[in-house]
Amino acid sequence: MLAKRIIPCLDIKDGKTVKGVNFVDLRDAGDPVELAVEYSKNRADELVFLDITATHEKRKTLADLVRKIAQHINIPFTVGGGITSVEDVETLLQNGADKIAVNSAAVKNPELIHQLAKQFGSQCVVLAVDAKKIENGWKVHLNGGRIATHIDLFEWCKKATSLGAGEILFTSMDHDGTKNGFANEALAQISTMVNIPVIASGGAGNMQHFADVFTIGKADAALAASVFHFGEIKIPELKNFLHQKQIPVRF
Amino acid sequence: MKIVIIKYNAGNVQSVLFALERIGVTAQLSDDIEIISKADKVIFPGVGEAGSAMNYLKEKNLDKVIKELKQPVLGICLGMQLLCQHSEESNTKCLGIFNEKVKLFPSDKNLKVPHVGWNTIYDLKSQLYKNCNEEYVYYVHSYYVEVGEHTIATTNYILPFSASIHKNNFYACQFHPEKSGSIGETILKNFIAL
Repeated sequence: MLAKRIIPCLDIKDGKTVKGVNFVDLRDAGDPVELAVEYSKNRADELVFLDITATHEKRKTLADLVRKIAQHINIPFTVGGGITSVEDVETLLQNGADKIAVNSAAVKNPELIHQLAKQFGSQCVVLAVDAKKIENGWKVHLNGGRIATHIDLFEWCKKATSLGAGEILFTSMDHDGTKNGFANEALAQISTMVNIPVIASGGAGNMQHFADVFTIGKADAALAASVFHFGEIKIPELKNFLHQKQIPVRF
Repeated sequence: MKIVIIKYNAGNVQSVLFALERIGVTAQLSDDIEIISKADKVIFPGVGEAGSAMNYLKEKNLDKVIKELKQPVLGICLGMQLLCQHSEESNTKCLGIFNEKVKLFPSDKNLKVPHVGWNTIYDLKSQLYKNCNEEYVYYVHSYYVEVGEHTIATTNYILPFSASIHKNNFYACQFHPEKSGSIGETILKNFIAL
């Protein structure tokens, strides 16, 4: 049975992980390579690396960091942040990334999704979308949530899928950082609307939230950062919990 | 021992090279007919689209070379599909080493196509699966090979399909051993040890 995926997300700045991490004793808690290895040993199903300053400061994700990570881990990993062109993606893939996540650049130029899917295959194109619910519905936001648009979340997910996106990583800005659970209603709506996997992000606070996002939110994967980094939730325990709830997970 | 990975236009092979490095094996990436023919082991990876990949192989005369290989060959993902008779993807005539056909997953009310993520393999049969249990491996695909006489591992998604096939010196897996955690590394080691 296809397992629901648990995905830790590491925010990278200047080649270091930004948020403090204390779920294991590490020589250098800021070393993304060491962290990645530790997460993969702890049965994370996949990893996502986001160069959080990339779009804002117009920097590119460091290709040599991607290379070091790829050399050391044996599970799939996605790299995002500041990707604007086919050339950016080519560099990341040549250095061993399995998938790339595009966000703001795809909203500004939707054709980019099509170009990437055509050149590298849909399997490596993840559409990352940040959205917030305002009066007249869920609206897409750009540049790490700093810029609002009038684009409807669901229309955008549908369009990106038809352009060739292989997965959707949806972050609810209303839920992100609250630890009150995922945006299950919006997630379920996206998941039933598109035929590609949906990765839920934003709001994980306890293990029940993960169970809910897979059942109520119909998500295929769930992503979180701080609850894993600070050891509040340990992945092996989370998987045991989900297994007891009859949710298929990989051990 | 000389391990050669066939270089062609179907996707990223860097992760295969790194996975081999992790098990202490140095491999060479090549589209040179002579280098491929003389290798001790050949890996035929691939992600992408069947039609354009086959066209590229023909242009480079790699189609004939692959068919004539006598050393152990490991096809991965699209590489496995191209070793078969025919693919429904772009109605493509493939290499025909296996007489199996490659089909698009039927649509399903509850299960998405593509099949993306970790799923279990079972009914493990060959040396390729020595020391392997029924474990999770990583998949990304929309087309599958039916279960048949050459099947050496099975996965169930919408229907049971060939996770892996074997005939003579040709081995193949639909999943990505290079991204399948420690079981993936065991499978690659087993292939190298054949």
